[in-house]
Amino acid sequence: MTLLAGSEGPAANSGWDHDHERKGFFTDTSICIGCKACEVACKEWNRNPIDGDLEILGSSYDNTGELGANTWRHVAFVEQGQERIEQARESGRKLVSLGMPTIGPKSSGAPGSTPAGDLSTADRTPPDTPEFRWLMSSDVCKHCTNAGCLDVCPTGAIYRSQFGSVVVQEDVCNGCGTCVSACPFGVIERRDDGTVSPRANREEPIDRMGTASKCTLCQDRLVAGEEPACSATCPTQSIRFGEHEELTASAQERVADLHSRGMTEARLYGANPRDGVGGTGSVFLLLDEPEVYGLPPDPQVPTKTLPQTYARAGIAAAGMVAAVALSFLGARR
Amino acid sequence: MQDVANADLIVIEGSNMAEAHPVAFQWVIEAKKRGARVIHVDPRFTRTSANADRHIPIRAGTDVVLLGGVIRHVLENELFFREYVQAYTNASTLVAEEYGDPEDLDGLFSGFDEDTSTYDTSSWAYAGDPERIARGLPERDETLQHPRTVFQILRRHYARYTPQMVQDTCGISPEDFEHLATAIAENSGRERTTAFAYALGWTQHQGGAQMIRTAAVLQLLMGNMGRPGGGIMALRGHATIQGSTDIPTLYHILPGYLPMPKVGQDDFAAFTRSIGKKEQKGFWADADVYTINLLKAWWGEHATVENDFGYHHLPKLTGAHGTYQTTERMLEGGVDGYFLFGQNPAVGSANGRMQRKGMAQLEWMVVRDFYMIESATFWRDGPEIESGELSPEEIGTEMFFLPAANHTEKAGSFTQTQRMVQWRDQAVTPPDDARSDLQFMYELGCRVREKLAGSTDPRDRAILELTWDYRVDEHGEIDAESVLAEINGRHLGGQRAGEPLSAFGEMRADGSTDGGCWIYAGVFADGINQARRRTPGAQQNEIAPDWGWAWPANRRILYNRASADPQGRPWSERKKLVWWDEETGRWTGQDVPDFPPTKRPDDPGDPAQGGAAALAGTDAFTMQADGRGWLFAPTGMVDGPLPTHYESPESTVPNPLYAQQSNPTRVTFRSKDNLSSPGASGPGGEVYPYVFTTYRITEHHTAGGMSRFLPYLVELQPEMYCEVSPELAEEVGLEPYGWATVISARSAIEAKVLVTERMRPLRVGERTIHQIGMPFHFGQGTEAIVQGDGANDLIGMNLDANTQIQNSKNNSCTIIPGRRPRGRAREELVESYRRRAGLIPAENPAVDGAAGAPGAGPAMDHVVQQVRGPEEASAVPTGESDTEGMRKR
Repeated sequence: MTLLAGSEGPAANSGWDHDHERKGFFTDTSICIGCKACEVACKEWNRNPIDGDLEILGSSYDNTGELGANTWRHVAFVEQGQERIEQARESGRKLVSLGMPTIGPKSSGAPGSTPAGDLSTADRTPPDTPEFRWLMSSDVCKHCTNAGCLDVCPTGAIYRSQFGSVVVQEDVCNGCGTCVSACPFGVIERRDDGTVSPRANREEPIDRMGTASKCTLCQDRLVAGEEPACSATCPTQSIRFGEHEELTASAQERVADLHSRGMTEARLYGANPRDGVGGTGSVFLLLDEPEVYGLPPDPQVPTKTLPQTYARAGIAAAGMVAAVALSFLGARR
Repeated sequence: MQDVANADLIVIEGSNMAEAHPVAFQWVIEAKKRGARVIHVDPRFTRTSANADRHIPIRAGTDVVLLGGVIRHVLENELFFREYVQAYTNASTLVAEEYGDPEDLDGLFSGFDEDTSTYDTSSWAYAGDPERIARGLPERDETLQHPRTVFQILRRHYARYTPQMVQDTCGISPEDFEHLATAIAENSGRERTTAFAYALGWTQHQGGAQMIRTAAVLQLLMGNMGRPGGGIMALRGHATIQGSTDIPTLYHILPGYLPMPKVGQDDFAAFTRSIGKKEQKGFWADADVYTINLLKAWWGEHATVENDFGYHHLPKLTGAHGTYQTTERMLEGGVDGYFLFGQNPAVGSANGRMQRKGMAQLEWMVVRDFYMIESATFWRDGPEIESGELSPEEIGTEMFFLPAANHTEKAGSFTQTQRMVQWRDQAVTPPDDARSDLQFMYELGCRVREKLAGSTDPRDRAILELTWDYRVDEHGEIDAESVLAEINGRHLGGQRAGEPLSAFGEMRADGSTDGGCWIYAGVFADGINQARRRTPGAQQNEIAPDWGWAWPANRRILYNRASADPQGRPWSERKKLVWWDEETGRWTGQDVPDFPPTKRPDDPGDPAQGGAAALAGTDAFTMQADGRGWLFAPTGMVDGPLPTHYESPESTVPNPLYAQQSNPTRVTFRSKDNLSSPGASGPGGEVYPYVFTTYRITEHHTAGGMSRFLPYLVELQPEMYCEVSPELAEEVGLEPYGWATVISARSAIEAKVLVTERMRPLRVGERTIHQIGMPFHFGQGTEAIVQGDGANDLIGMNLDANTQIQNSKNNSCTIIPGRRPRGRAREELVESYRRRAGLIPAENPAVDGAAGAPGAGPAMDHVVQQVRGPEEASAVPTGESDTEGMRKR
């Protein structure tokens, strides 16, 4: 498989020297409580306008719909019956090989915490398959290893940051929109409407109007040594921010832990560096197929096949030239 | 709060913790990661259920039967924690011969007075010599065999609360019941603990205080009180509601859970003795000291031994003066002015229509809020203006709107549910004219005192002699820390004069100390604001004693003496918290021990002395007059010493246990605007066949003043909705995400319809019970970004007699497709349903339309008042339900 980014990671491959590890998110949807604090914290920090017509969307408790120019964190709500849960459990079991090391529950409390956390004798029988479940999942820009939006941007407005994230500079962006169709996840969009203020002061101007807009991994916070607004506000640590490699390892441990508790529906999304985008900076633990959450099952960066495309275009062009030449040759005859 | 992470099982019942307390819920998630199980019992499948191991749907208002069933299960199968129960509870105590149980009296306890619908609680007393009972030494039978022991009474009381009864009452299958009962039994005892969490899903019933009591009885039986990962978490309604109970904004208590005196309590010594007697066991024996220090903090040098420390300045209660009694008085024209501090009764209080009509009767009203909330604009854009029932020209209320500073714009404290006081610093200055409530009250006090200056009227002395000397900065802004220092208290004389108190034990009854709230003594110890400590959790042990400050004495788990066995050893290594150290001769451990520090476990106690000295070494419940946890509550509750099941007054289900359908002591306001469905007790009950329950959602804050005006929150939940099951939608013809009109005996509102399997019809006996859920955050107005009909308009002013809290969780309605009619036609629609239900007084003079089930409401002239401590704070006087009667006095 041809990958545009090499083994050094996306930042190094973009010319950054190795001062920073690749940063990213691990979103563990198995402990998401759907509070949407991430959506609000994101909008507060980035001054993003609200979406929509202030009407119930018709999608359970989700009323912002999807990621877009204004909504950079989005929480999906999925209501499911027993049959679907059993399917998810079965498909997850197939995905993750059994025989993973059993990992005991780890206290994430303070060092030297009381032995109360030690549950080595805890009941490990798988939970009953419930009759019903309500999935919640906070989606965000994937900050792909091979980012379509970045590849196609004609102005250089989109760049790879020193943290390995993909960031749009709105003062460079000319609003052409090429990136919108290049994102395999449908994340990036142009901003064209919205408000950020209560009624009394609606005249406040909106930033980034007309330009492409998406999650920056809170670049302005990262350079100041802070973590992104969404992960900082998440009450249950469903959204964790940190070094990509560490987070991916801990995500894999978490999947193993859930499988050992019988929750075989757990699986990772974006953690495979050999997938169609070379893996993503934002890794997710899902409890069902990606499609259920509105995520593409097999995302492909559109520029992945660029060399072949150019080669084929070259062959086609050569053929055309040859055909034309031939036709002239023929006409002369 | 973080102690929940130590639980092995968490039962969340009467609470939607993940949605209403998302930050606290992190500890439930933490417990889950450590291997704990979570069971959520709730009528709805919510975001809490989504994160629980099992959701058990329940018919609203039947929690006493479910938990009573578990109590029976653990008693009959010997699954309770016997050593704990024998040592630390009143199981072995004998109850008076006169006591009669509902099992024998068909749903009533002994002492019921039919004329007043109240109880004379004297027959619920302990048996024995009154002098010895007063000293906390009632008759006991340690074998628990005597038929009049609490233990045997408990067994008989819950004998009929079988799994079958649970199924026929709660709609819970025997399998689900077995799962819950077994989980609790397996996760209690020496090695393991179970925690309960509840919130307004229990309190907001007519009988809600007794639901909480049921959990208390069960947790005592299982030995889960005072231990890590145990207890009952009372999740409070919003920020610092705990603080506003400790330093109360309530009419019936003074700071530190001292009761407000009643008319006739003119003898100061008798008043303090009514709170706690010197000869009784435990820390309430010093109630006089706490009261004197409070009065001393208020009136300083003017509070002397000679004038009973200013006690006679205190107003005396004539009856209940809760928010609903005040509304009733407003409607009668009996209230001139009204201050609203961050409260929005036009949306947030039961029977919104009566609230708004009441406020329209005021002379003047001050609204202090961030935005022009519905209570500030009801006179020009409320539903009654739309219908033409009221018009702005006819409303004489003079409105004042004063912008308020929010929590980031002022310094102060929040006290959360774990009694932890956390200090906030001011982050930004308030915009424009916005001021903090503290600044407003301080300046109001200064101006009132100026106006009264020189007055010789004796009644003005209470205000003129108040200490009002708070520190102010160069801008005249009052320093909130100086108020905290006053609450903490200080030495007034002797060598330490001027020094802050470091514990309430330093308080004196001679006027040489003061302290505004005895349980907060120590929050300003050493002159340091202890509530402002912010040592990160990673830098200290798991108890985290250096984060904030928890009352009393920075103790994180109350009654933690019970975490050790009677000999003072931890029940188990896994659950050790506090224990007796023989070498040093002291109690020690991870938390601050909740016990006299050097009292040996085998100390018999000294009854002659009273107070802490009278406690035996095993009297772990140090605030109780007998040192024991109360399975049976001889005092403190107005509707029974043991929780027993009653149906909601509007319930369509006959009480399966007793002829007594509903709680006989409940408080009802009789008004044509406050009618109730007759429920199971009359044919009209079929007109309102469905149960509706109201709640909050994460995206909004209570009556919407802090959420419906903010773009980022309204886009998350922009419209009023109701949640119904697919079966009910089919039965009534409701379209998903279309409109429906919900009609109760009070009003009719419209809402978008969420058809969801999260709502499940329940089989209760032969019937199918449909429950409808509705958030209460929406209200009609023109100022907020989003509007919607208010769910509270559907609810009546019908209260729990213990707490004066309205029943928001269990009422009856019907639902029809489509939007509600506009204008006058709305009231006509409501009226047409009332007519069909036989509730129109003129047409059915014999029907008590306000009662619901028969026998509502206590009489007006009977006031019981026995508030004795934080744990009994819910026990407040029975209602003054008729202001006419109050006025006549």
